[in-house]
Amino acid sequence: MKDIKQLSVNAIQNGTVIDHIPAQNLFKVINILGLDKINNKITFGTNLESQRMGLKAIIKISEKFFEKDEINRIAMVAPHAKLNIIKDYAVVDKMLVDVPDEISGIVKCMNPKCITNFEKVTPRFKVSDKKSVSLKCHYCEKITDQEHMEYL
Amino acid sequence: MKNKSLVSIDDLSKDEILKVLDLAEGFEKNPSQRILDGKVVATLFFEPSTRTRLSFESAVNRLGGRVIGFSEASSTSVSKGESLKDTILTVSNYSDLIVMRHPIEGSARYASEVGKVPIINAGDGANQHPTQTLLDLYSIRKTQGKLDNLKIVMVGDLKYGRTVHSLLMAMSQFNASFTFISPKELQMPLEYKMYLDSIGLKYKETSELAENIKDADIIYMTRVQRERFSDPLEYEKVKNVYVLRNEMLKETKPNVKVLHPLPRVNEIHTDVDDNPKAYYFPQALNGVYTRMAIMALILGLK
Repeated sequence: MKDIKQLSVNAIQNGTVIDHIPAQNLFKVINILGLDKINNKITFGTNLESQRMGLKAIIKISEKFFEKDEINRIAMVAPHAKLNIIKDYAVVDKMLVDVPDEISGIVKCMNPKCITNFEKVTPRFKVSDKKSVSLKCHYCEKITDQEHMEYL
Repeated sequence: MKNKSLVSIDDLSKDEILKVLDLAEGFEKNPSQRILDGKVVATLFFEPSTRTRLSFESAVNRLGGRVIGFSEASSTSVSKGESLKDTILTVSNYSDLIVMRHPIEGSARYASEVGKVPIINAGDGANQHPTQTLLDLYSIRKTQGKLDNLKIVMVGDLKYGRTVHSLLMAMSQFNASFTFISPKELQMPLEYKMYLDSIGLKYKETSELAENIKDADIIYMTRVQRERFSDPLEYEKVKNVYVLRNEMLKETKPNVKVLHPLPRVNEIHTDVDDNPKAYYFPQALNGVYTRMAIMALILGLK
């Protein structure tokens, strides 16, 4: 296991390593965190074997440190992700993603007849199932599940 | 409930529901109380709904209030492209309370957040219609003398019917047991059955009507609509299966009442209408008393 990691993604000097991302959601995580729009050095590996979760992905971002709020945004697609904060090649801190009770402004409501898809209303949801992460719309009360999540 | 909007039946606690019903009972005994004197209620109907609108307007008028509003959106600034937010903010200036029917789901919750006066949701698309649920509860309590431990049989379109979903949620607070009678295509959604399982309430699911209404206290009929079927043949097969006829009521309990949110098309045969077990027209009248009670509570007049 250790070998695979080392071969796949090089270590970074300072920055953040996001581990235990479900492989199929890697690019969603990249999108949500806006990693496709920043100038930091980023390396990632995907379809890596993980004993805990089958296939996983990992992202290493140099010189980037996340706020808790920022990182909770990926709870919808990578609820079990683990963050290692790296300073001078050493892990100095670890963070886990918390699935929040409520989220707003991240996900679109999948109900085409919902007011949030007609007027300038920030979508708001209650997290109705923290395990599978499904969301109940604050406005139309319909459920948006993982499979149908679109990000703003 | 004072100054609070009523968007969803879940906004009300069991005690608040009972308070509405008690107050409605008072209005039924004495419907002409001019407690809304000097108040203006706006009825904004972005899609037509004759029954609900007239029932609200009748309630306001009987209580001495005045009504402003419209019964369809085409003659208003909405047709010029005005947003719901702007309409609500404007009408907030002209009224003490807004009653709104809108085809978009979640519009009522949104209106309650932007408006300066309380909003009563008179139906937001397929989502919620809480005053219908309250009048259903009123009708059930009035005819059965109680809300607890009743056997509720729901018939017809249980998949899309918002009234049956809201009624189920409300009655589940009163230890009801349920029978769901519908064609396979229109069965009660899983989330509601899971909810009943989770709180330990019993239900039975079947597609056969006549045999399963004998032990009912309430038979709640809904319309099976052609447009719900992807296969027109399937509709033709079931359209006459879920029609309640007078002879079917012979072996039912003496206290049973047949309810229907109306409009009825053919799912209750007209030969039921004169049976004392038919209650769908008095049910509509109860809507006036229930809406009086809701408005009085929200405006802080009772």
